Amino acid sequence: MSTIVLLLITGLGLGALYFLVASGLSLIYGLMGVLNFAHGSFLTLGAFAGWEVARRLGADSWGIFGLALVVGAAVGAAFAALTELLLVRRLYERHIEQVLVTVGLALATVALFEGTWGSDPEFIEGPAWLRSTTDVAGAPIPNDRFLAIGAAVLVLVGIVLFLRYTRFGLIIRAGVENRAMVTALGIDVRKAFTLVFAVGGAAAGLGGVLASQYFGYVSPHLGAHLLIFAFIVTVIGGLGSLTGAAVAAVLVAVLQQFANYYWGVGDLVVVLLLALVLLVRPSGLLGRSA
Amino acid sequence: MPQHQPGTDPFVPALAVRGLGLQIGGAQILHDVTLEVAPGEMIGVIGPNGAGKTTLFNLVSGVLRPTAGTVRLAGRDVTGDPVARRARAGLGRTFQTSSVFPRLDVLENVRLAAQTHLGRSLSVLAFPHRGDAATRRAVEHLAEVGLAHRLDVAAGDLSHGDKRKLEIAVLLATDPSVILLDEPMAGVSSSDVPGLSEVIRRLHRSGRTVLMVEHHMDVVLGLVDRVAVMHHGELLAYDTPEAVMADPTVQSAYLGDVA
Repeated sequence: MSTIVLLLITGLGLGALYFLVASGLSLIYGLMGVLNFAHGSFLTLGAFAGWEVARRLGADSWGIFGLALVVGAAVGAAFAALTELLLVRRLYERHIEQVLVTVGLALATVALFEGTWGSDPEFIEGPAWLRSTTDVAGAPIPNDRFLAIGAAVLVLVGIVLFLRYTRFGLIIRAGVENRAMVTALGIDVRKAFTLVFAVGGAAAGLGGVLASQYFGYVSPHLGAHLLIFAFIVTVIGGLGSLTGAAVAAVLVAVLQQFANYYWGVGDLVVVLLLALVLLVRPSGLLGRSA
Repeated sequence: MPQHQPGTDPFVPALAVRGLGLQIGGAQILHDVTLEVAPGEMIGVIGPNGAGKTTLFNLVSGVLRPTAGTVRLAGRDVTGDPVARRARAGLGRTFQTSSVFPRLDVLENVRLAAQTHLGRSLSVLAFPHRGDAATRRAVEHLAEVGLAHRLDVAAGDLSHGDKRKLEIAVLLATDPSVILLDEPMAGVSSSDVPGLSEVIRRLHRSGRTVLMVEHHMDVVLGLVDRVAVMHHGELLAYDTPEAVMADPTVQSAYLGDVA
């Protein structure tokens, strides 16, 4: 019983990290049709930014850790907005070029991170509470899992409220449905594009700081590792569907944890799940059928 | 019905089309169409399929460029202007196919157009509320088309007739001075036709200039001030419904072989 609870909550924590990456991927694809392979680099840079804050100002204080989260999110947002403004903006509707430029940016930034921080993982510290565990139904749950879950829920609720109740949210939702018609109304959707990149980058940067707590280290490859699963989550949930991404993130991560623990085949099971969903529901769990 | 004599009348036509023609390859799609629409006038454009009605709309709204002639909006030559610039100059248009956002609710569809037209708020996080200008305007226009009681319904769940009304409300939110309605009754069930006719009649009564392409002859003749009869890409007649109905050329060329 306690093993199941442990696997379940740890899976939820991992799902939270997947969601923080997948939410941005899904929004960006939904609005602009861009598959952003550089999204993992937003996460990695956010993680390193958070780590630098903790390293310089003191790792064990909650105030500094909160600051690290904010800085990680801000750095992720700024990096993403610049990526949109300087690279992706010139390439809308040119899908091959988008893939080339975002893959290229991902490779170049990982090399840059290795040059700056070294290719070995940097082990991180944080508030003592995050290093200890809490008992849930007899299972000792690492506390950072709760933090990741809480943050992901807040991000989900925040983005949903933003989309539902703000002017830009309305433009973004309309743009996801029919970009050409939004333009025909005389709306400059490019601002919404930059904004969506920034929001996705912020979630990824926040995810970077939390992921380095989850895994206990930060490395130049942190983002690339999570990005693969986040892409799978995005496809399973339905490209462009935020709720779908949330549901799929939990599904994929929990399944992965159980399969890893009992049979050691977590990654295989995830790929099989992806294949199954693509066969049965090609548009994803909550995606619109083409 | 307002009369307009070029050069002597103090007011400028809301829309003036002069010698308009479109030739594609060797085919003359539209030939030498000249008509003027006074501010506040409602015009019906009728004619059999292929007569050039939608082509005329496409030339007026800028979707197509004419090979001859000019289009003037309130006296300004817009012949060379793209669709977006004509839209900003006050030309609004609906399409034969429905163009609403099906997953947004009714109010959101109109608010999107209204907030655009009212100018953007600088704040990314500006939360619209029931009392803000864009929402108030959206509700007003929805009341005008008779959808004020369905604000929270997803646009995709509306009947065809109500979707048409919603499109008109979206159009009104962009505050057009000249409105082109392309077959507003197309695909609308016969029980929805009277309600939709009433909405269009109200557009006219509120002083807007309206041009409407429509197959439902009875609807057109009961609504409009003047009728433009198109036939083989030419303007056959342009007069009051009574005069057009009595015109022997029109009867033999169009009404005769249809009715």
